[in-house]
Amino acid sequence: MKKGTLKQILLLTDGCSNKGEDPVAMAALAKEQGITVNVIGIVEENVMDEEAIAEIEGIAMSGGGVSQIVYSHQLSQTVQMVTRQAMTQTLQGVVNHELQQILGKKSTIEELPPEERGEVMEVVDELGETVNLEILILVDTSASMASKLPTVKEALIDLSISLNSRIGRNQFSLFVFPGKRQEVECVLDWTPKMESLSSVFDKLKTGGITPTGPAIKEATQNFQKKRSLRSLLINDEYVDEQQL
Amino acid sequence: MNMSMNNNYSVTNGSIIRGKWHQNTYQVICLLGSGANGKVYLAEGKQGKVAIKLSENSMGITSEVNVLKRLSQAQGSALGPSLLDVDDYFHPILKKNLPFYVMEYIKGDHFIKFIEKRGIEWIDILILQLLNQLDHLHRIGWVFGDLKPDNLIVTSNPFEIRCIDVGGTTRLGRSIKEYTEFFDRGYWEMGTRKADPSYDLFAVVMIMMNAVYPKRFKKNGTGKNQLFTMIDQHPYLKQRKTILTKALLGNYLSASEMRGDLLTHLSLKRNQKSKTHTVHSSKAKVKKVNTSVPNRSYHHKVRKKRKKSGVFETFFILICIALLYSLYIFTNIF
Repeated sequence: MKKGTLKQILLLTDGCSNKGEDPVAMAALAKEQGITVNVIGIVEENVMDEEAIAEIEGIAMSGGGVSQIVYSHQLSQTVQMVTRQAMTQTLQGVVNHELQQILGKKSTIEELPPEERGEVMEVVDELGETVNLEILILVDTSASMASKLPTVKEALIDLSISLNSRIGRNQFSLFVFPGKRQEVECVLDWTPKMESLSSVFDKLKTGGITPTGPAIKEATQNFQKKRSLRSLLINDEYVDEQQL
Repeated sequence: MNMSMNNNYSVTNGSIIRGKWHQNTYQVICLLGSGANGKVYLAEGKQGKVAIKLSENSMGITSEVNVLKRLSQAQGSALGPSLLDVDDYFHPILKKNLPFYVMEYIKGDHFIKFIEKRGIEWIDILILQLLNQLDHLHRIGWVFGDLKPDNLIVTSNPFEIRCIDVGGTTRLGRSIKEYTEFFDRGYWEMGTRKADPSYDLFAVVMIMMNAVYPKRFKKNGTGKNQLFTMIDQHPYLKQRKTILTKALLGNYLSASEMRGDLLTHLSLKRNQKSKTHTVHSSKAKVKKVNTSVPNRSYHHKVRKKRKKSGVFETFFILICIALLYSLYIFTNIF
């Protein structure tokens, strides 16, 4: 079996979108293209309003990913946990799909007897460790995020420690919204070294609106661009998640 | 704060959990604890008192069961609880199946509470036990991962350290599944999260730190310097500085190596107690030269003893010869 690539968007935000397309719809669109959207909502001491929580859960739900609301001091561990959980969840989906094809009915891992479940889980674990990962990090830099950016930076460096300890290869990319000129801006192009984001982070400026929808759309398109570029360069290496 | 998974899958005390596949029944007594990955209940089964871990996260439960099975296959490893049953429970209110597993109920005090109750001298003993068990675990190809006092229980009669949560146990060479910041090498910027024996040994040092600093502390600035300062600030840790430093830097290849050094240190300390006037100078020596020092001073003492017994020996031989000679003269006269 050829090793596939997991494609994930990790969105870090602290509130509601207020411009452009509906982010929930954009997340659903990303899912259709084999990209999982995960969301982490960061709150200060005061609690986030319900509308924002609903939107965060909605994005993750329709994007096939995981969502979590945290206080900024718990961010590091949460980013790591959400990423791992999202990977397992995606892989589990792939394995479930395979199971249905083999067994021919609506069977999922949960419906297997516990003994067989254990064997399937070892396969999922193995895949999670060895699969290649492309993760696009989407950071909200609207005015209210100013005080949280240092924590976000720390959490992302911490995430790179976890991901670099895996056997599989990783590619990172960092987008912020709103950008200096456009709604969404790429501040770090695809690289295996996420440590390089620390220098980028210090230059980031906060302020302006929150175009979450357009940001997810742009991120999805970036995956497609990367795909077409890569397929020109290395034709045989690319394997779609569905073929896993 | 957990938004993605709702935590309303609890069961009330007294309710009966019946397994879907194996039909075993368990009566819930009380809640023992709850974590990110499930809730643990004390229950009464046909085997007597057992602990049941119940969760909504089927994959998490399944991978823990896999680890417990592997641990039970390895002989002589008493680190984790033994696995008794794995099944699904149909929750009457949620109207869905919740996976659970049943394990041995380990009764005792939590690590930190035990130290508070019994005194600081127990740290070394429990750490020696823990290192022994970790060595077993590493030898069969696993790393414990989420090692922390909250996961350690000290049973009584005999006092023995046991681990109650194997959720973070990871195969050697993979990335650590689960961790807690204070005990994590990556958090202190002192290494990767790749599962190797030194990852667990780092956590062991942090457990010793936690034992003398029950409130723990937050990272500020570079983790490395801060940890070394914290070691210097407590006499218990300072006395073991060479060992702790070596473990923090990942220079121990195995748990047994660290255990050996700790044992040597303790035997040296016992020698020092009998010669209180030299405590200060020899401590300075320990700092400069590492583990070879205790050996050298031990030899020194043995040599002294040997010298003493040598004098006695010569005296004895002389007396013997004198006796034989006088006997010879005696027989010659008559």
